Amino acid sequence: MQRAMLTVQRLATVFLLGVILFNYPVLALFDKAATVLGLPLIFAYLFAAWAVVILLLVWIVERGEHTERSERRERGGA
Amino acid sequence: MSKKILIADDEQNIVISVEFLMRREGYEVSVAGDGEAALERIRADKPDLVLLDVMMPKKNGFDVCQEVRADPAFAAMRILMLTARGRDTEVAKGLALGADGYMTKPFSTKELVDKVRELLA
Amino acid sequence: MLQGSVVVVASALYLALLFAVAYWGDKRADAGRSVIANPTIYALSMAVYCTTWTYYGSVGRASAMGVGFLPIYLGPTLVMALGGFLLLKMIRTAKANRITSIADFIASRYGKSQLLGGLVTIIAVIGIVPYISLQLKAVASSYDLIVGYPVLKAVTGGGEPVLADTTFWIALILAAFTILFGTRHLDATERHEGMVAAVALESVVKLAAFGAVGLFVTYSLYDGIGDLFARALADPGLQKLMTVSADGSYSTWFSLTFLAGLAILFLPRQFQVTVVENVSEAHLKRAIWLFPLYLFLINLFVLPIALGGLLRFAGEGINADTFVLTLPMSAGHELLALFVFVGGLSAATGMVIVETIALSTMVCNDLVMPLLLRTRALALHAERDLSWLLLAIRRGAILVILLLGYLYFRLAGDAYALVGIGLISFSAVAQFAPAMIGGMYWRGGTRDGALAGLLAGFLVWTYTLLLPSFSKSGWLPANFVSDGPFGIELLKPHQLFGLSGLDDISHCLFWSFAANIGAYVVVSLLRAPTAAEASQATQFVDALKTSRPVGSALWRGSADAGELVALVGRFLGPARAETAFAAYARRHQLVDIGRAEADADLVHYAESLLAGAIGSASARAMVASVAKEEPLSLAEVMNILDEASQLRTYSRELERKSKELEAATAELKAANDRLLELDRLKDDFMASVSHELRTPLTSIRAFSEILRDDPKTALQDRERFLGIIVSETERLTRLVNQILDMAKIESGNAEWLVEDVDLRAVVEQSVAATSQLFRDRDVALTLDLADALPVLRADRDRMMQVVINLLSNAVKFAPPVAGRVDVRLWHGDGQLHVSVTDNGPGIRAEDQKVIFERFRQGGDAMTSKPTGTGLGLPISRKIVEYFGGRLWVESTPGQGASFIFSLPLPTTGRETGE
Repeated sequence: MQRAMLTVQRLATVFLLGVILFNYPVLALFDKAATVLGLPLIFAYLFAAWAVVILLLVWIVERGEHTERSERRERGGA
Repeated sequence: MSKKILIADDEQNIVISVEFLMRREGYEVSVAGDGEAALERIRADKPDLVLLDVMMPKKNGFDVCQEVRADPAFAAMRILMLTARGRDTEVAKGLALGADGYMTKPFSTKELVDKVRELLA
Repeated sequence: MLQGSVVVVASALYLALLFAVAYWGDKRADAGRSVIANPTIYALSMAVYCTTWTYYGSVGRASAMGVGFLPIYLGPTLVMALGGFLLLKMIRTAKANRITSIADFIASRYGKSQLLGGLVTIIAVIGIVPYISLQLKAVASSYDLIVGYPVLKAVTGGGEPVLADTTFWIALILAAFTILFGTRHLDATERHEGMVAAVALESVVKLAAFGAVGLFVTYSLYDGIGDLFARALADPGLQKLMTVSADGSYSTWFSLTFLAGLAILFLPRQFQVTVVENVSEAHLKRAIWLFPLYLFLINLFVLPIALGGLLRFAGEGINADTFVLTLPMSAGHELLALFVFVGGLSAATGMVIVETIALSTMVCNDLVMPLLLRTRALALHAERDLSWLLLAIRRGAILVILLLGYLYFRLAGDAYALVGIGLISFSAVAQFAPAMIGGMYWRGGTRDGALAGLLAGFLVWTYTLLLPSFSKSGWLPANFVSDGPFGIELLKPHQLFGLSGLDDISHCLFWSFAANIGAYVVVSLLRAPTAAEASQATQFVDALKTSRPVGSALWRGSADAGELVALVGRFLGPARAETAFAAYARRHQLVDIGRAEADADLVHYAESLLAGAIGSASARAMVASVAKEEPLSLAEVMNILDEASQLRTYSRELERKSKELEAATAELKAANDRLLELDRLKDDFMASVSHELRTPLTSIRAFSEILRDDPKTALQDRERFLGIIVSETERLTRLVNQILDMAKIESGNAEWLVEDVDLRAVVEQSVAATSQLFRDRDVALTLDLADALPVLRADRDRMMQVVINLLSNAVKFAPPVAGRVDVRLWHGDGQLHVSVTDNGPGIRAEDQKVIFERFRQGGDAMTSKPTGTGLGLPISRKIVEYFGGRLWVESTPGQGASFIFSLPLPTTGRETGE
């Protein structure tokens, strides 16, 4: 239960992070006619930020699950 | 024929005073120092009245009273209980067990004499 | 090679494959071995979100707006992060209430209102039909394109007669397909497992096809992503696609993100796959990241394809919405083109199947059935088995919805690009948000509030988005948009009340939400929720706290079980009803369910069975028709819910509290027992004191009266009586002194003079003080006192009091003949010990403790009453204990008694000046 609450809070934090990353004014910082490695800056930024958000989600959800499982196993074994 | 009275009390000085009072009134007096002795004397002397102290060694006054009342042979015997524990519950208990009267120590000698006279009338 | 026949055969084969998968999935589900009980399949089925609008339309939008297509996918990504509680709550609530659609959800939340369910259904159908028409249009135009190969003809659409129109036939085929898929089972909460399996497969196909085009364009037509962007950046016309602000503003960007985030929750097909078709809450976990990942992947090549198309077809007038297909065609890749077409078909069929099934369920349960049950109630009651009717309504609804989609396609024509239509639908379903989210988190929302909010939002949506779209299609005069109705500027649909500077979607979103939320909140607050609303509100709001639905606790009345079984049978079919009730009977160990008077539990079970088939609002109405329900008042409902929720929510706390209380009670009881015991002791003490005081008083009074009343008493008697009076008075004085002494020691008020004490001297002085007693009684006394003892820290007089008390006791109990008392004093174990031993009758073991209690002389055991107050030993013990010592008796009856006390010597530390 404790663990589940923690996961939910972490996910909500990622939501807020995403809201900030994907909107004005942060968006405007990258909204320039510039390129990174040959890619337009805004295109590179959006996909990179998007990937970061997804990786965070993976990390939070799967890690939480694993710890829970291993905890359960430990408790079961005890 | 004078009436017989048994004084059952473990306090020597009280026995002396009550014995003196009763003799002066012309009764025939016998004495017992504890509950068992009192029952013995009751059976032997068949007194007309027992002045029965509650707090006595070996057998207390209530038990003596109860045993006497259980025996029909002593149906006519009068029992006047004396106690230094003046609580209402004890008075009620004594009367319930078949005592005819109850006096709390310290008592007035006049009242005691009157009460004895009344019970033996 | 790509003749119509090839394309048709390929499509037919593909649809057959889908159907086979669905059939297999259903068979496996019937056998209890679900293929979709898998978090990956669950996440893939959610990708039904990506329709032809994504598949073809994103590229079109990217061609016009650059990265402006992304908010449609960023919004859902963010909302999935909230899925951990938002979606979880929806899923749990839906399962607990056997909810079959979003209309059912809203209707159920606001007191199972048929009116509300109907309104939601109407909004959903009106809002979604253009979206379905968009799929038809995409499939049709892609078909027309591909059969035109190698010519890349621009699709115009809508000119030919209906029967010659590809789109019409596509609509019919999809309707047939959907009917086969979705309405083989009746009970809508019995999930469409086969359909979900097929949809998941379609998600894989469309991603693969789109990825293939992306790779082809990027690496075959161009030299990789860097090359593509370099060329695009060289083109001044394309540079503007590389920024957000160039075309759409940030406010548009935000609006679209917000809108898409709501759409992923409230689109009927998303609600269907995410909530209704959910097999296990645990699957949600993987979907939280896998679904966003899918969106990420399918969008990766959107901009490259758009740029590739724009570069390649510059000036050729090819619709950017078709780049996905026309690019491989123009390069002569027939197979890839065919694959792309199949991918598009996947995107379209997946959406159409799930959406029409969801809508047909809503239309049937929340629109048609309530009307039928109302208008033809009697006729329906007469009918034995109505399950065919439900199926027929749903199948009819599927067909009608698809034909409506076709109609819209014919009428609206090409006025809008794909993306435009999709956003209109998104804005429509977004109107559900206040009622849905408010309903899940706010108890105060009422049916009237939800109705008002939905209606207000829907009207604003109609006015600011739908009517202008009609105007563009030519159904309304064009100046309706440009000048406002009747030329009233303030009412211009895209600049309502003069609000300008927003794009039409943001503009609609602002006004519709202002109206929707405002009406919802204000109207809700006009009155308190009714009993039915309050009970549902609590179940929805507390969904995550609830361990068990409270439904049956909220029903009171009587019903005939046989009638209930028959009622359920009428809608589910008698066979399925029998099975369901048999299962119930087994669970509750009932012999014959048909005979029993139905209890609230059974009524609730029947209602939930019905709810799965005809929706919660209709189910309630039907159950009410056979059961005599006694309405509960709001207060009663609140009581039941309070009890239930308090019990649940605070049960752990209660347990803890009750344990604490138990402990406290035990403590209190112990304390009370102690107090009672103390009280009893005090009572006994008082009685004893009374007795001890009255006894000497009795003698004193009696003799005094004798002497007063009879002055002629013999001189001898007179002297004797006076002697008794004096000695009884002394006894009385002694008693009073000891009682006071005892009281002082016990209350801690005694004065102790602590000094160095030579115990040997104390014993000797005490012996001297009591020597007269020994002489009087002719008792022999022997002393055995050690020499050179260390000094004690104690009160000399008190110690003397103890020794004298022991000596006088001993002399009292020593036999009159050959009485003997031995006194010893010795040193050992850091203590000084004194023993006083007599050769009297001794003390029985059971009395050895009692004699140290107040007024408890070992009296009853002895023939003669012992003299003394009964306080000497208790006081002596108190004194010894005060100085840290111990006083006890050792005795064998018949062989005398030995009273011993030990006192600790001062520690050496004190002497060394610590």
